[in-house]
Amino acid sequence: MPEKVLMKGNEAAAEAAILAGCRHFFGYPITPQTEIAAHMSNRMPKIGGIYLQAESEIGAINMVLGASAAGVRTMTSSSSPGISLKAESLSYLAGSDLPAVLVNIQRAGPGLGGIQPSQADYWQATRSSGHGDYKMLVFAPSTVQEMVDLVVDAFYLSDKYRMPAMILSDGLLGQMMEPVVFDESKVKKAPEKPWATCGHGDKREHNIITSLFIDPYDLDAVVKARYERYEHIKENEQRYEEYCTKDADIIVVSYGASARIVRSAVDAARKEGIKAGMIRPISVWPFPDKPILSKINDVKAFLCVEMSMGQMVDDVRLAVNGKKDVKFFGHTGGVVPTPSEVLEEIKKINRGA
Amino acid sequence: MNTNLLLAGFGGQGILFTGKVAAYAGMLDGKEVSWLPSYGPEMRGGTANCSVCVSESPIGSPLVTAPDVLVAMNHPSLEKFEKTVVPNGLIILDSSIVKDEVKRKDVRVVYLQATRLASDNGLMGLASMVMIGRLYKETGFCSEASLFEGIKRSVPVRKQSLMDKNIEAAKIGIKSGE
Repeated sequence: MPEKVLMKGNEAAAEAAILAGCRHFFGYPITPQTEIAAHMSNRMPKIGGIYLQAESEIGAINMVLGASAAGVRTMTSSSSPGISLKAESLSYLAGSDLPAVLVNIQRAGPGLGGIQPSQADYWQATRSSGHGDYKMLVFAPSTVQEMVDLVVDAFYLSDKYRMPAMILSDGLLGQMMEPVVFDESKVKKAPEKPWATCGHGDKREHNIITSLFIDPYDLDAVVKARYERYEHIKENEQRYEEYCTKDADIIVVSYGASARIVRSAVDAARKEGIKAGMIRPISVWPFPDKPILSKINDVKAFLCVEMSMGQMVDDVRLAVNGKKDVKFFGHTGGVVPTPSEVLEEIKKINRGA
Repeated sequence: MNTNLLLAGFGGQGILFTGKVAAYAGMLDGKEVSWLPSYGPEMRGGTANCSVCVSESPIGSPLVTAPDVLVAMNHPSLEKFEKTVVPNGLIILDSSIVKDEVKRKDVRVVYLQATRLASDNGLMGLASMVMIGRLYKETGFCSEASLFEGIKRSVPVRKQSLMDKNIEAAKIGIKSGE
């Protein structure tokens, strides 16, 4: 059994990438994710990897695009305003069927916003990280250990489906320390990448990686084929945790750091005799509608708790499709909800308010 | 036993390091632990604080808003956090720095001249280790062996030469409570 160590979420994300075989990291500092880049700058030179601080976030993600096209596991990270800058290249990665892992340690927005934890980039991550019809795999860890496990899995799934994967986390997870274990046996090897543009010594045809398709019928076909892959992913890659949902009257849906607060609130509600439970999406794209659909007839109402003005609640409402009430509670701007606030919302629903 | 700790003081007093030691000690005892620093602009030259949870069960919110124990190493920290401590909770003050007395009557208070004790023993700058020694003595939030091992695991490689001094300072804190 590998040793348990105490580590910040940011450092753990970086170390997990190294564990997964990432040897090409391109970064740019921004609070509250800078420890990712700092950790990489310290470790990469010692293990024969590349750490490069780019001239900007845009530079960094384009270096990722180049490295990915050459067939290696590569990563960049930033926080909300920096992720906005990467939008163009995320679209290019998706449009070129290139794998890459991107970490967003969310801070409060819009604009420069603030540096405290936030979940207000959910729409951006799941709907429109850039222009055009495309999706990214998006995973939302709730503990530092899960940060490690999801970074490792994100590399594998991103390679498997040839599409970018994002770790959607926040300043709370990035800055906090928890015990973690780095388990090499969980790492799955990268598949062969016969499509990579990594030199071939005139032994085969040129590989071409592009997102440009001038003929509209060509592009229509390429995007439609990609969407078939997305359907397969929606069916097969939903990830979630259910907590006390078996007999629950009220189910709270919450992810990432918010889900930790909700867990405490559910425990407190149970102590008061209220049958509350939680569904915690671990993948937010694909959004796990399966557990919601399976509970829809058993519950009085759903409550969505986020550190935003209400973004994931859209996906909950789409899944519930008007069959039950879906309430929302959240704080934004860097304010973390407290368990007692969430408990109060659960009680309100229980009273029928 | 579950303990929610809030440690607060000036930047440079070793507040975040002390929190890390507490978290490591809890982890080595087989408990669930979390450590969360303040990382806002207030930490630049002003106050630094960190939340540490040591628990028998998985930790929900790592943000300690109602601490069982407040370790306060400067006046602004006492002023800001005195009211947040749970009733019957504990406040440990470095009374070489904090000259005021705690106003609340529903909490236990330990006044410890940690900074003076450290400097009297040639351990300048290690007042926070004196504080954690006393914290351990007052609450038993971890075992003594884990406290010392926690210090060993937390001291960075480049500062290994200071290890013994850190442990010595913690022992002074433990002794102060006997």
